[in-house]
Amino acid sequence: MSLAFKKETFRDDYTYKNSVEAIKRFPFPFPEDTYMYSVNMEPHTKGPKGAVTEHTFDIDEHYVSECLDKAKTLELDPGRYAVLPHMMDAQWDFLELTMESLSTDYPHLFTLKKDGKNWTWENKPLSIKKSFVFGDVSTLDMDPFEYMSRQVQGDFVLLDQRNDTLYADAGFITSQADWSLNFDVGMAWHEWHGPVPQVTKLGVMDRALKYLMSMQLGAPVRRLNWTMTINPRLDTSPENYPLWGGDRNTVTPENVGKKVHLRVELQTLFRLPRSNGLLFSIRCYLINMEELSTFPRWAKRFHRVFRDLHSDLAEYKGLVKFREMTVQWLSKFDDGADIGVGTHPE
Amino acid sequence: MSHINVKVAAIEQVTDLIKHFTFVREDGQPFPVFSGGSHVVVSMNINGRIQRNAYSLMGNPEETEAYHISVRRQEKSRGGSVHMHDALKVGDSLQITFPVNLFALEKRARKHLLIAGGIGITPFMSQIADLERNKANYELHYAYRAPEHGAFSKEIKANIGNKLITYVESEGGVLNLRNLLSKQPLGTHVYVCGPGPMVVAMIETARTLGWPENHIHSEQFTAPPSGESFKIKLTKSALEIVVPPEMSMLEAMEAAGVDAPYLCRGGACGRCELEVVCTDGNLLHHDHYLSEAEKAAGKKIMPCVSRAKCDLLEVVL
Repeated sequence: MSLAFKKETFRDDYTYKNSVEAIKRFPFPFPEDTYMYSVNMEPHTKGPKGAVTEHTFDIDEHYVSECLDKAKTLELDPGRYAVLPHMMDAQWDFLELTMESLSTDYPHLFTLKKDGKNWTWENKPLSIKKSFVFGDVSTLDMDPFEYMSRQVQGDFVLLDQRNDTLYADAGFITSQADWSLNFDVGMAWHEWHGPVPQVTKLGVMDRALKYLMSMQLGAPVRRLNWTMTINPRLDTSPENYPLWGGDRNTVTPENVGKKVHLRVELQTLFRLPRSNGLLFSIRCYLINMEELSTFPRWAKRFHRVFRDLHSDLAEYKGLVKFREMTVQWLSKFDDGADIGVGTHPE
Repeated sequence: MSHINVKVAAIEQVTDLIKHFTFVREDGQPFPVFSGGSHVVVSMNINGRIQRNAYSLMGNPEETEAYHISVRRQEKSRGGSVHMHDALKVGDSLQITFPVNLFALEKRARKHLLIAGGIGITPFMSQIADLERNKANYELHYAYRAPEHGAFSKEIKANIGNKLITYVESEGGVLNLRNLLSKQPLGTHVYVCGPGPMVVAMIETARTLGWPENHIHSEQFTAPPSGESFKIKLTKSALEIVVPPEMSMLEAMEAAGVDAPYLCRGGACGRCELEVVCTDGNLLHHDHYLSEAEKAAGKKIMPCVSRAKCDLLEVVL
């Protein structure tokens, strides 16, 4: 695969767009006409070819622009990166996992040469070449976790496992869907997930925690989560709410197709070897309603899901202001036909 | 469960009762790095019966060419350790799981107090490599019956010097837990691995002295005890399986082709927990995972080590 990396923006003039190929591989998350929160975990096995799950970490046409956007967000608010001191082993675990995965999966873009502890990393798309000593922070320009978080699309949280629970003790968070790292760093599992509605009563979080705590090395898992964002903005953090919150009021029946985006998170979890911690990776994919409706099956499906979504969830995800207009816009694609089960586009 | 196919690369008789096995991967690849305190589950074929035992990894976690375990010969056990000692030869193939850590170091501890009894030294051998690498403050207290049982004390002494304190029973050495635990600085975490009575004594002493519960760590794998035969019924598959006297419930289910979840197979991790629908007899709990109240309630069972004295036990699987 040779990738042409697009020059585009995720803020200000919002020039982000998906190519036809990017639309076709979009991780559409609705196999059925109704949606309810669930622990929809599955093994993070590689494949099929062309899918966002073909490789351990997905590098796509937005890679270079997204890394620039991350750097910009971090420069404006250094608090988006936080790590507690006992997480150094987990930081090196993360660097090793990302460098090994990228250089194995995309050998024409990334290379890693090892001579014992002396490693040389080359990232061609970002024009980076660096020799360093694995395990010796003084030989890198920054923390190993920050170093590689800047070079992989998505957000990353390192979890420490102790006291029969998981603590979010490090994070690099620049494309969060309205949650805050400053608020969450050092928090335990149940505190972190406290605000999710309809969830406590389902016992979902207890079961998910037990599952995650027994996760094994060599057997990563994944799930999809979703929300919606107005404009293709990665950084919809609570800290910057004034910059994007008002965008919800700018949606009109005329601009729904371009402004309203389905935001899908490919969440992956890995057991980390030397720290016994977990990596939680949250990769964000954005697609606007016009792009989505180039596949009428998806437009029909999403019309039904959004129309019938539980009001608590619509409220929690912040979708209320533009729900009616978007459902109305999508309705023109929906003839009510039975489209069967599955997330495929056609 | 994901497995790694390995070959026995070396066998070393460490003491009369302890053998040290070195495994390399069949595919020639390096093993994954692991965290100190991890174990692997080794599958062995004993005359057609598959038995799986958990053993702590005792090598340096950063050295990925080989994994190391040590096995103490247990004459009274169900044959796993005897098989490892008598049948296993250099060059033999085995399957092991990826490493799992149920005995992890608490990285924020101000000090780590490691207490080993006998063969319980093995998980600490990988932990001290992690502690040394992270320049942590720790002591290793190692008690054993007689000089010939102190399998690895020379090797450890050479690595960590006076951070190792040994207690040799035959020479009058006594590990006084109360004295040791009562003089530790605040923020110390204590870890114990060894014979059952030693583990219980350490936990009780620490509790009596007011140690916070989450500063007390122990690892104890129970071998599945044998017992009377009984029948289990699995609700989802409607399968009925007889559990013979010398097999655990988990092993009987596996022999019947059921893909039941598990991790440690020693009653420690909780992964294999099954919900009990009903039984016409009594549950015999042998695990370290369920609380006393949960055991008394009789709604859950750990099939890796626990059994029932009954004709029929119905569980959800």
